[in-house]
Amino acid sequence: MPEQKLTGAQIVIKALKDQGVDIIFGYPGGAVLPIYDAIFQQNDIKHILVRHEQAAVHAAEGYARSTGKVGCVLVTSGPGATNAVTGLLDALCDSIPLVCLSGQVPTHLIGNDAFQEADTTGITRPCTKHNYLVKDVNQLARTMHEAFYVARSGRPGPVLVDIPKDVQFADGTYIPPTEVKHKTYRPQVKPEIARVEEAIELIANAKRPIFYTGGGVVNAGPIAAKLLTQFVKMTGFPITSTLMGLGAFPASDPQWLGMLGMHGTYEANLAMYNCDVMINIGARFDDRVTGKLSEFAPGSKKIHVDIDPSSINKNVAVDIPIVGDAGAVLEDMIRIWKARQKRADQTALKEWWGQVEGWRARNCLNYNRTEAVIKPQYALERLREALRGKNHYVTTEVGQHQMWAAQFLPFDEPNRWMTSGGLGTMGYGLPAAIGAQLAHPDAIVVDVSGEASFLMNMQEIGTAVQYRAPVKIFILNNKYMGMVRQWQELLHGSRYSNSYSEALPDFVKLAESWGCVGLRATTVAEVDEVIEKMLAVTDRPCIIDIAVDPKENCFPMIPGGKAHNEILFGPEDSPSDATPEDGMVLV
Amino acid sequence: MEEKIEKHTIAVLVDNEPGVLARVIGLFSGRGYNIESLTVAEVNNADHLSRITLVTSGTRMVVEQIKAQLDRLVPVHKVHDLTDEGPSVERELALVKVAGTGDRRIEALRLADIFKAKVVDATLTSFVFELTGTTAEVDDFVGLMAQLGLVEASRTGVVAMSKGATGF
Repeated sequence: MPEQKLTGAQIVIKALKDQGVDIIFGYPGGAVLPIYDAIFQQNDIKHILVRHEQAAVHAAEGYARSTGKVGCVLVTSGPGATNAVTGLLDALCDSIPLVCLSGQVPTHLIGNDAFQEADTTGITRPCTKHNYLVKDVNQLARTMHEAFYVARSGRPGPVLVDIPKDVQFADGTYIPPTEVKHKTYRPQVKPEIARVEEAIELIANAKRPIFYTGGGVVNAGPIAAKLLTQFVKMTGFPITSTLMGLGAFPASDPQWLGMLGMHGTYEANLAMYNCDVMINIGARFDDRVTGKLSEFAPGSKKIHVDIDPSSINKNVAVDIPIVGDAGAVLEDMIRIWKARQKRADQTALKEWWGQVEGWRARNCLNYNRTEAVIKPQYALERLREALRGKNHYVTTEVGQHQMWAAQFLPFDEPNRWMTSGGLGTMGYGLPAAIGAQLAHPDAIVVDVSGEASFLMNMQEIGTAVQYRAPVKIFILNNKYMGMVRQWQELLHGSRYSNSYSEALPDFVKLAESWGCVGLRATTVAEVDEVIEKMLAVTDRPCIIDIAVDPKENCFPMIPGGKAHNEILFGPEDSPSDATPEDGMVLV
Repeated sequence: MEEKIEKHTIAVLVDNEPGVLARVIGLFSGRGYNIESLTVAEVNNADHLSRITLVTSGTRMVVEQIKAQLDRLVPVHKVHDLTDEGPSVERELALVKVAGTGDRRIEALRLADIFKAKVVDATLTSFVFELTGTTAEVDDFVGLMAQLGLVEASRTGVVAMSKGATGF
């Protein structure tokens, strides 16, 4: 049988189908018209038209994080690609598997400053895990399959494939994914057993142990989260997690200490500070977590499990590095723990838990409960109650509301919580919610938002309306860029430079203008009412404007440059103690 | 406590594809690592492999980071730390242009002879010398020529290889 020739655009579509893509988020333009034409002529892949390319990438991130699959994006050349850059870097920082296809000017025009030309591979090189410029149509299928392989393997990340328009038109040969094997890229999945054995001995002899887990467990799949839960239960140790790792271990479990780090709980941070053995699985010792490096868990032996060897010994020197997939390592740990009939030192553990419970009794997330004004924490507590037992997903924007959401919304399963952790991208939450909603049409998807973040990608309400994605945009409206205002109060003498949200729209009218439901709560009594109404809307997006206390700050807080045992609990802690000169230069 | 700064020569085998050098250089500039020298050329035409030799410096932790970061670039096949992995030879090639007449010209030629530099271009008033040696030898030679009418020097940077029978 003679080889069937396809156009480049048809090869792209066939490769996407063979890679299991069912939804692609994109925005058309001159340099991708052939691919859009091929999309028009098929029904297997649904194209979601966003309103801005950055949102296409965030939507694909929401889709990817909530499903565990590779998210897919299609943008045009020049501005289409540059608009996608923020999303790509966001996905790189948070290890989200994506494939972004970008159109490019025809090969003979590359380098000529053609209309809508950009050096896309040059611009996105530091913002992607890998990228390709395909100049030969016969390399297109191979490159597409490689891109998906690289995106999902090892530490996942975004991969961009730049496809010139003439390559999309040219006829070439298709090869299926089974015939493509990457030349070099083989991330280590299985750990070195000797290292795992060493770790097990250290774990079994620990007196004051703690699990510190991160997004790596979520990325390793639901099985890794189950194994983590199993191992943590077997040991009886306390566990904390990073912002990205929330949900890998059930928050309803008594061994759970809450999130750690800058706005983490007192018990989690003090347990980290005082531990003698730290078991880091899939977290990367980020500066939001470690605080002052020289005083980070000073008396501890550290085990670090990571699939990315460059994450190990980058910020913090560890005693037992283990390169491998979190799931594979946990499987070995459990097996060896059982085979050697290990049991934690119960006397020491009891004493340690006594200490931890003492810290927990401090009730660090307590806030000033009042009827006079809606506290943002209160609104989230009510949201938590309303969502309890319901199939739901939560995304956030970036700032105070994000930290409160991490503190007050519990997650018992992985892939339920989507937030921009590494890059801290305001405007992430709404498009990510749309991506998650389209992947899970019957679930409740809430974007916990601030009024300032929401404005950054609010054009995506149009997308949500068009595709009947009933996302709930839960705006904790304090009329400030709250986290900026908080830092200005604590570190810059309350000089609120440009952090006030002037000239805000009427969010209810805004919602109505899009054909959405708009709701507002200005008193404590109204909060439950609007949440109930919000949850009753299932056929269109809903914007909820909650007028919260504009002066509320997010506590606990470890100020920049301070150690885990130097925590501010609330406004009664003097801010001047929190402003070392060297801490001020940190972000 | 300041950690000791170490100098390391690292050899990297990469796919010779567009952008690969930019990836390596971008990694160094983006993460604030030093490059003291970097050389690259294709070494295996059939498989399109290039070998990059780079000399860098940093604390032990930074050098280990550099290697791990290089190794995780998708087109990188192998990363070898020649400084860590036993004895190696390192060589640089330099072209050195010296202009002058009379005694200075004679002295330049005598020194070139001592350093086993080759004359690859000569006019009545100038020489271009070709010199191969360690970085220190090339430094010494250029330093001497600076006193005898040095016009310009062009250096390849270090290429290096481990000693003994085994290879990459």
